[in-house]
Amino acid sequence: MNAQNVNAPSAYFMAEVSEKQETHTLSVLVDNEPGVLARVIGLFSGRGYNIDSLTVSETEHEKHLSRITIVTTGTPQVIEQIRHQLERLVPVHRVTDLTVEAHAQNQDKPLERELALVKVAGLGEKRLEALRLADAFRATVIDATTEHFVFEITGRTNKVEQFISIMGPLGLIEVSRTGVAALQRGAKAL
Amino acid sequence: MTGAEMVLQALRDQGVKHVFGYPGGAVLPIYDEIIQQEDIEHILVRHEQGAGHAAEGYARSTGKPGVVLVTSGPGATNMVTALTDAMLDSIPLVCITGQVPTHLIGNDAFQECDTVGITRPCTKHNWLVKRIEDLPRIMHEAFYVATSGRPGPVVVDIPKDIQFATGDYEGPSNMIAHKSYRPQIKGDIEAIRHAVAMIAAAKRPVLYTGGGVINSGPQACALLRELVEITGIPITSTLMGLGAYPASGERWLGMLGMHGTYEANMAMHECDLMINVGARFDDRITGRLDAFSPGSRKIHIDIDPSSINKTVSVDLPIIGDVGHVLEDMVRIFRASGKKLDQAAMKAWNGKIDTWRARNSLAYRPSDDFIMPQYAIQRLYEHTKDRKTFVSTEVGQHQMWAAQFYGFEAPNRWLTSGGLGTMGYGMPAAIGAQVANPDALVIDIAGDASIMMNIQEMSTATQYNLPVKIFVLNNQYMGMVRQWQQLLHGNRLSHSYTDSLPDFVKLAEAFGWHGICVDKPAALDDAIMEMLETPKPVIFDCRVANLANCFPMIPSGKAHNEMLLPDEANDEAVATAISKEGKALV
Repeated sequence: MNAQNVNAPSAYFMAEVSEKQETHTLSVLVDNEPGVLARVIGLFSGRGYNIDSLTVSETEHEKHLSRITIVTTGTPQVIEQIRHQLERLVPVHRVTDLTVEAHAQNQDKPLERELALVKVAGLGEKRLEALRLADAFRATVIDATTEHFVFEITGRTNKVEQFISIMGPLGLIEVSRTGVAALQRGAKAL
Repeated sequence: MTGAEMVLQALRDQGVKHVFGYPGGAVLPIYDEIIQQEDIEHILVRHEQGAGHAAEGYARSTGKPGVVLVTSGPGATNMVTALTDAMLDSIPLVCITGQVPTHLIGNDAFQECDTVGITRPCTKHNWLVKRIEDLPRIMHEAFYVATSGRPGPVVVDIPKDIQFATGDYEGPSNMIAHKSYRPQIKGDIEAIRHAVAMIAAAKRPVLYTGGGVINSGPQACALLRELVEITGIPITSTLMGLGAYPASGERWLGMLGMHGTYEANMAMHECDLMINVGARFDDRITGRLDAFSPGSRKIHIDIDPSSINKTVSVDLPIIGDVGHVLEDMVRIFRASGKKLDQAAMKAWNGKIDTWRARNSLAYRPSDDFIMPQYAIQRLYEHTKDRKTFVSTEVGQHQMWAAQFYGFEAPNRWLTSGGLGTMGYGMPAAIGAQVANPDALVIDIAGDASIMMNIQEMSTATQYNLPVKIFVLNNQYMGMVRQWQQLLHGNRLSHSYTDSLPDFVKLAEAFGWHGICVDKPAALDDAIMEMLETPKPVIFDCRVANLANCFPMIPSGKAHNEMLLPDEANDEAVATAISKEGKALV
């Protein structure tokens, strides 16, 4: 009677693999009230969504509005769910999927930048090589002794990643990153 | 005005008549105000979880928010189950918790817990009030958030020093529109027009309705009935939606889902148009997702955008309140002058009649034992002409109640659907009885579930609430046992409820009336005795111990793979669930 389904495994095991994973950047405008970040993070952990990067700061002081930028990975259906679940939170004003917006403008991605502080320690040739590469990546030195540098680098995530991985064999000892800040291109605001 | 006075004034201004609660150190200032006024009656429960479920029963039976008042620490943590229950079933609750004074927060003070942290995932929203100036606004906002959009529970956590602090009170009329929370009430009119066209073109349509219709209110239920009448579409409902359409109605298919009727599930499977009205494609409803209603187009009316495409992709979502959407839908359908294809509908109804003829709720009657299904049928016959509210616990008895008790009106059926909370029924019945003092309120219970909040008997005694507890006593956690038979080779691990109390003596100990029956012939008289007793009653109905609940969609199976009662022999039961299905709940 229902022959086409006889050999299919149970629904719960099917759903996971049926669609391919995409990475999206969401911008969430929230009231900057106590616990709002916990609500957002709790939503992700409680429902099993991924957070690849999360950046938050108050952006409009007079209105007490914060902007949370979340990079997340999931199937298109899950990403749609995440957007609606976020919108359901009471202190959330607006959720925008910047990746979808970028696609609508025929762009691959929205404007995205992150900043990293990268500490490299060492002497001799390695130290010189680190400085040369920093220059090539337009990283700036913000602290130094004869034994170390701290570089500040800004750029898209893959540029930051690449810089950090190159610094690995040159004496990399510590990294601090901001996570992604993102805006939509063009004259329009959220 | 002090913070404690503000709390009472806000409750008054919000039209609250009853509060369910339990005092403790961190709410004493509010309790001191409660005893000095008469507008709001406080119902003292015996455990905070009982307060929560009582408030849920109150809310579900009236459509108004239930209000709970508990203390900090254990008072708040004992509320977590009830809050989660209300969250999953979209019940409006306003829970006020006391908190240690602000300067002690974070110090591991006596009876301190992170209430807003603990209740964040199980409330629609919550607030910790740190300044007296914020208290009136938060109180009114709490009622607004709990009752608007998709309803749900909220918590307002008030430190003790804020309850003593003084400030200016503001009434709800001074409230400005909420900054960020604005639920969508009206449905998109173009989408509704499109839905009407889809309905008019359907050849095998079915209405699948849920708790959202009840939450939307009596008007929504009336519109649903009107829609069925003008279109002739057969209708089924989830557990939460029972009563929105009358069980005696011509187009009624019975409940759908895991223990729904064969005709309801087959109609869902074979339809060409499914109209989901205020339901959420829960896993108890859909069964195996990849085989769920494969040939249908789907319309989904829901007030919560996150319910759309969550588990089942739909062709036409309509975001909005069920009542508003149905109003437009009925109006547009009438104005269009369209009719469904009568020949196709005749064929469709004919097909449904053949499924109905399978008589999927059949059971083997007995003269020696009381069959649980029979007990509920008799209870229904004796109570159907009265204003009756039925609550349940969770398990086999709950499914039998849903299958065999016919609900004609909304808000009469109080059950824990989403969370499946054993111990829900008696406090819910107490809440419903507080709200409806002249009505008959029955908790259809199981012997295991009833023990989970048995202390609330004392509450019913104190407030002269003549609730009737109808215990289908089979001395098992019946649904657990049924699943062990299905999944675990009939090894009945800890599902026998040993050492049950003598319920008649227990009733007497609490000042109730107790009845015990074990023969079918004595059942009718005993039910009459229960109904004629003006006091609360425990009815210990000793039923056939090993009866199981059928029909059933075994885990991991589709709607058209139901296990029917006449096929459910030992072997069929033992092999009904595949290896993959065993991992499911």
